[in-house]
Amino acid sequence: MELEVRDAGKALAEQLPPLTQNAAAVEADRCLFCYDAPCTHACPTHINIPRFIKKIATGNLRGSAATIFASNLLGATCARVCPVQELCEGACVLGSEHKPIAIGRLQRFAMDYAREHSSYPVVTAPPAGKSIAVIGAGPAGLSCAGELALLGYAVTIFEKNKMPGGLSTYGIIALREPVEIALEEARMIERLGVKIKTGVEIGKDISPATLRNEYDSVVLSVGLARTPSLGIAGEEAVVDGLEFIEASKVAAAKLSVGRNVIVIGAGNTAVDCATIARRLGSERVTMVYRRTDREMSCYEHEYDFARKEGIEFRFLAQPARVVLKDGLSVGLECLRVELGAPDASGRPTPAPVKGSEFVLAADQIIKAVGQNKLTVAELLGLETKKGFIAVDENFMTNVSGVYAIGDCIRSSGSASTVMAVEDGKLAAAAIHQQLASRVAPVEVK
Amino acid sequence: MADLRINFAGIKSPNPFWLASAPPTNSGAQIHKAFEAGWGGAVWKTIGAPVLNVSNRYGAWHHGRQRMLAINNVELISDRPIEVNLREIVEVKRAWPDRAVIVSAMVESKPEAWKDIVRRIEDTGADGIELNYGCPHGMSERGMGAAVGQVPEYCEQITRWVMGVATIPVIVKLTPNITNIVLPARAAVAAGATALSLINTINSIVGVDLDTLELTPSIGGKGGHGGYAGPAVKPIALNMLAALGTDEVVSKSGLPISGMGGIATWQDAAQFLLLGASSLQVCTTVMHYGYRVIEDLCDGLSNWMDVKGFKTIADVTGRSLNRVSEFKNFDLSFRAVARIDAGRCIKCNLCYIACNDTAHQCIDLVSREGKVVEPGAYDVRSNGKHDAVETRPQPVVREEDCVGCRLCYNVCPVDNCIQMVELPPARSRVTWGELSQQQTQVTEDWEAMKAYREKVGLHIH
Repeated sequence: MELEVRDAGKALAEQLPPLTQNAAAVEADRCLFCYDAPCTHACPTHINIPRFIKKIATGNLRGSAATIFASNLLGATCARVCPVQELCEGACVLGSEHKPIAIGRLQRFAMDYAREHSSYPVVTAPPAGKSIAVIGAGPAGLSCAGELALLGYAVTIFEKNKMPGGLSTYGIIALREPVEIALEEARMIERLGVKIKTGVEIGKDISPATLRNEYDSVVLSVGLARTPSLGIAGEEAVVDGLEFIEASKVAAAKLSVGRNVIVIGAGNTAVDCATIARRLGSERVTMVYRRTDREMSCYEHEYDFARKEGIEFRFLAQPARVVLKDGLSVGLECLRVELGAPDASGRPTPAPVKGSEFVLAADQIIKAVGQNKLTVAELLGLETKKGFIAVDENFMTNVSGVYAIGDCIRSSGSASTVMAVEDGKLAAAAIHQQLASRVAPVEVK
Repeated sequence: MADLRINFAGIKSPNPFWLASAPPTNSGAQIHKAFEAGWGGAVWKTIGAPVLNVSNRYGAWHHGRQRMLAINNVELISDRPIEVNLREIVEVKRAWPDRAVIVSAMVESKPEAWKDIVRRIEDTGADGIELNYGCPHGMSERGMGAAVGQVPEYCEQITRWVMGVATIPVIVKLTPNITNIVLPARAAVAAGATALSLINTINSIVGVDLDTLELTPSIGGKGGHGGYAGPAVKPIALNMLAALGTDEVVSKSGLPISGMGGIATWQDAAQFLLLGASSLQVCTTVMHYGYRVIEDLCDGLSNWMDVKGFKTIADVTGRSLNRVSEFKNFDLSFRAVARIDAGRCIKCNLCYIACNDTAHQCIDLVSREGKVVEPGAYDVRSNGKHDAVETRPQPVVREEDCVGCRLCYNVCPVDNCIQMVELPPARSRVTWGELSQQQTQVTEDWEAMKAYREKVGLHIH
C-alpha cells in the first residue's frame, strides 16, 4: 500500500535556513583571516575564502560574491551541496580547539545576496571570435561555459533534459538544494551570453559530425547514466534511486512512496532516497548494504544525518530476489554476508553465505548503487578508462579539440559537484590556451 | 582577604571604585541603586552653570562585533535644576554615610561663582569636590571645562579661588586634550589642591554615516567633536597617570590621584593602581552593562591581591612606577626573540604575513620535509582537508635574524603559542643615554655608528 504524497515541497524544503545578517556578521568576525589559508587549499576550486568572509564582515557583499565567482561560478550550488566537513571547514584552523567557521553557510549568504541583487559577473573580454559547444548543462558544463564566455568565446550548451542544471536540478535532494537555485544559476550563465539549448540529445537531435564542424572545440560534460542493474529476479519492481529523487524535485505530485521502504546501497544518493521516503511519510525506511558502516561510501555526516532522520540500517545483507505478490513487491530476499580479504578498492570482499536466505518486508524497494556510464564515448570514438572517458591533464580526449569534464571522466577519487566545477574552470583555461595559441601573432612593424 | 578600603585625601570609601561624574551619577535615585550594588563612591554629575542638552548625544566606536569599545558624547553637565541636585546630594549622603559622595562642579570663571558653588556643595555634607576642568565640548566654548584645563594659569587661578574657601578635600580633574599633562597638574599642586584626577574625555569625531554623509551621531544634520571615553582610551590614560607619578614636582607633592579612563575590568583597575592611582573612577563599562559590574571589579581585584600577597590598596598603589622609564635608559643589549610553539600553533600564518610584510622578514614557512617553502606552494589540483592540513607548512622564526619586535606575539590568536624568549646579551650592557654621553660621535654620525656596530658585532639586515 503506497502513500499519497501531499506536500513534498514543505517536507523537503531547504534544510538549513539562511543566516540572518547578524548571524553572518558574527560568524564572519570569528574568522581569523588566515594567510594562505588551508580552507582555500582544501576547496577544489580554491575560492579565496578568508577574503570573501572578510568582505561579509565589512559589509561588502558585492565584493564578497565577486570573490566567490572569481574562483567558482557555481558558488550558490556549492555552498549548499559541498561536503564542507571534508573540504574547507574540515581544514579550518579553528577546528582543533573551537568550532570551524561555517564557511558553507557564509558562502550561501553571499550567494543569496548576489541572487537577490543580480550581482553577477559580467563579460569584459573582447569577443574571441571562436565558438565552443558544451554537451550537458550540469555543474561541469555550466562552469566551463561560463568561464569561456568570460574569456570572450561564443558558447552553446546542448542539454538533453528539459531543464539545465544536471544533478543540481534533478539529482540533489531538495532539502539541500531547491530546483530554483540550480535554475537561477543556469540563468546567470546565460546572462554571460551562453546559449543553452535544452531537449537536444547528441547522436539523436544533433550529430557528432555537426558539432565538430561547426565549433572550434567541443566539451563533453555528459555525466553518467542511470543506476546499473542489480541482476536479481523481480528487479522490474525496483525503483531507480535517481528517478526517485528527480520525481521528488520536479514531479512530486506523481511520486509514490511506500509505507515500508528498502533502499539498496549506502552512498550519498542512497541516503537521499531514504531521507525523501522518510520525509514523505514512510513508516519504516531501511538501508540495505552488503558491507558494514565502516565501508559505507556516504560521508560520515550523511550517515549521522540519516540516523537522526530515523533511518534504519541492515548491514551484511546481499539482495538476492524481490518477493512479488500480484506484480508488486512485498519483500526483499537477502543472503547473509561474511566479509573476506580486501578487494581492489581496499574494502573487504563480501561473500554471501549459501543457504542463509531471509526476507525483509518492503512495499517499495529503491536502488541507489552508483551510475552506469553513457555510451557517448563510443558514439564519438573516444578512448575510455574503466568505462570513463579518458582525458589528458588538459581534459582533452584522444580526439583533438574534444574535451571531457565532470563525472564522465571521474575514474578515480570521489565525484562531487565542486570537482566538476573545477574541471570546467581548468578545461576552459586549457581550451583558451590552445585556441589563443593558434591565433597568428600580430606582427609589430 | 585583601582590604579594599581606601582613604583618599581624607575621603573614605569601602572600596576604591567610584562612579565617575557622568550620566550614571545624574540623580539621587541612580546613586542609591549604585550604592546598593556595591559601589564605593560616586562623583555626582557636574553641577554648575545652566545648560540645555540635545538629542543623539552619544556616539560609539565598535570594532567587529565588539560594541562600544569607546563612547563619544556631547552631553553637557547636569541639566537638572541645581536645587534638586543639591537636595538629593544631602539625601544620598545621609543614607550612605560610609560611601564617598563627591560633587563635581563647573561654573563661570569668576571668583564669586566658584566661591558660591563651593559653599553650596559643602552645605550638603558631601565628602569632597571635584573641579571639572576637562569637559571638551559645549562648556569649553563658554570658557569653562577644558578651556580652563588647557591653560595651566587658569587652572591655577581658579583652584586658588576654590582653595580659599573650601574646607573639604578638593580634587582637580585634568583634561587629556593637552600636549603635556604635567603642566596643569603642577598648576593644581601650586594652587594647593588636595588631590588630582584624570583623565577626562578626549576630543573626538566618532564617524561619518556612509548613507547620509552626516557625522555620527547626527544632531539634526550637524555633528561635532565630543568627549571620547571607554576601554579604547585606557592606554592614553595610563600614560598620563604614569607621567604624573614620575614627575618630580607632582610626585613630591604627595597629592593622591584618582585614576580613570577606560577601566572596564579588575585587571584595568589593578594597572591604574600600580601606576599610581589610589582611587578609581569608572563610567563607560557601567553605561554598557549597568551598576552590576562592580561585583567582579571588587571580587577580581581582591582575589588578585590575595594571590599576589597585597593586603591593602595602598600596598598596590604606585608599585610599578619604578618600572616607568624613558627610551634613553633602556638596555640596548637586552635581547629577546620570538619562538613559536609548534604544538600549540594552528598555522593561521598571521605571524608569518605580519613579519614578512611589515616587520623584519624572519619567519619562514617550513614544510614537513624541513624545507623552507613559499606560501601557496601547492598544486592547483590538490584539495580536500587531508591535503590541506597534512601538507601545511609550519611557521618558524629564524632566531638569528629576529630583532625581537614582538609583532608576531601580538597578532597570534592562540594563547601562549608565541613566547618572547630572553637570550643572553651578545654585548655588554649600555643605554642610549650612556652611549650619547660616552661616545657622542656614535649617536650623531652614521659612519661612527657603522664602526661602533662592527666593533660590537651588531648586524642589521
